[in-house]
Amino acid sequence: MTRVARALRIVAVQARASLLVALQYRADFALDAVLEIASTATALVPLWIVFGHRPGLSGATPELALAVAGTFAVVQGLAEGAITPSLASVVEHVRSGTLDFVLLRPADAQVLLSASRVQPFRLVNVLTGSVLVGVALHRAGHAPTLGEALAAASCLLAGIVIVYAITLFAVTASFFAVRVDNLAYLVGAVLDAGRWPSRVFRGAVRFAFTFVFPLAVMTSFPAEALLGSLAPASVPVAVALAATFAVASRLAFVGALRRYASASS
Amino acid sequence: MRRALARAAHVALAVLRVGLAESFAYRAELLLWVLATTMPLVMIALFDAAARDAPLGGYDRARFATYFLVTLVVRHATSSWVAWQLGRDIRQGTLSLRLLRPVHPLLAYVAESVTSVPLRLVVAAPVVLLGAWLTDPAPLTSDPRALALVPLALAQSLALSVVIALLVGSTSFFWESGVKAMDVVLLVFMLTSGYLVPLELFPAPARQVLDALPFRYQLALPVELLVGVHDADPAHAAALCGRQTLFLSGLGGALVVVWRRGVRRFEAYGG
Repeated sequence: MTRVARALRIVAVQARASLLVALQYRADFALDAVLEIASTATALVPLWIVFGHRPGLSGATPELALAVAGTFAVVQGLAEGAITPSLASVVEHVRSGTLDFVLLRPADAQVLLSASRVQPFRLVNVLTGSVLVGVALHRAGHAPTLGEALAAASCLLAGIVIVYAITLFAVTASFFAVRVDNLAYLVGAVLDAGRWPSRVFRGAVRFAFTFVFPLAVMTSFPAEALLGSLAPASVPVAVALAATFAVASRLAFVGALRRYASASS
Repeated sequence: MRRALARAAHVALAVLRVGLAESFAYRAELLLWVLATTMPLVMIALFDAAARDAPLGGYDRARFATYFLVTLVVRHATSSWVAWQLGRDIRQGTLSLRLLRPVHPLLAYVAESVTSVPLRLVVAAPVVLLGAWLTDPAPLTSDPRALALVPLALAQSLALSVVIALLVGSTSFFWESGVKAMDVVLLVFMLTSGYLVPLELFPAPARQVLDALPFRYQLALPVELLVGVHDADPAHAAALCGRQTLFLSGLGGALVVVWRRGVRRFEAYGG
């Protein structure tokens, strides 16, 4: 238990330090934040057009679509604000050889690397997304019960763990092929498909987005849970998927570290 | 005069060859960039679901698939990332090296943008073919008048993209965070160019605004010609191409002015 507590303390300290660094440039921060809020339009305008012509979207109400878009903004904000920047810095460490300095420190490398850099302006999306979800709930006239809120929170947490694990997989790949610094873009590009309710997808694509690259868990499950339309069995599925992804990515990372030859050897 | 022309042609060829070699040197990176352009495919999923029971504003499922697959191809054929390159060169001072070369830097940037297109299309081909196999798209237009305008519209789209990218990149001459300008322009581009939503689906008043912005001429015009949106009204299509030319020459002129002032400023800092 003390090991977990220590790891969490390290993450908290690092997150605070990187937050302070990022907040040094205040004008940039304000501009970036405004831009992030405006970028939510890329999810909203297509929905506005579709629902201008149609009352529903293959079983998804406008409220559900809005709630999914909101959850997407939350997940994307967390992913691009706190997860991918830190892990992208690992790629830089590998290329410049400074990863050795991290590995020499008396703490777990994954813990040290996981909160080494934050982009707080991206976190603004968490607020924007929450507002969208709030508007969706208000429009649907639905107040989530405690159970529904807990189910949504569990699915959201599971989704974030999965995003983290996928990014860690990408970082692990960087030990073998160094020029993958824009792998973060690739992760982001696939995440993009999570902005619509998973009911939009059919057949093999839907299966892939639930189990192989579980976008449905990240965005559709929490939104459906809040609106009270999530099948109860989905929550344990989400948690099991998250656990699988977390363990597998940890094993891949540790395995890759063991093989990592460092820059000096 | 003839010798000067021959020299210019020689330089242009050399610059193009260098650009092509450079884009091949980073082919893995290019592969990732191309694979990361998935938005049109994501849009197919949304509109496919929306049009499952009945067509949406003249678009059925097959036509939506065609529209966004063509959008993906045209985007790869006409986009330019030179704004970031130029911004970096200005901020880090490496523009000095380019200014020293006996080739105008703008020409070199244009060559780099144009030469990355063929390789991008080759890499994008499997993605598009997979998309076509999954979605059952409608055939492209067979109207000869529309097809005749396509090469012009495509060439002008690419030129317009490069000019806009260079203009945006030039903001770094005057503003430290010039890279942000590209983010703003990219956001407006996504919403107003037909990249996310076919422009025909917008309400009529909004469409008038979109027609007055340069971005629809950067992407939507060649896509619409290929998909057959303008088959019924070739005069309107020709007028749109004319407006594309106007935007291109206007923004091109602006680029020359901004570039001259920017370089003067850059040199004043001892770059």
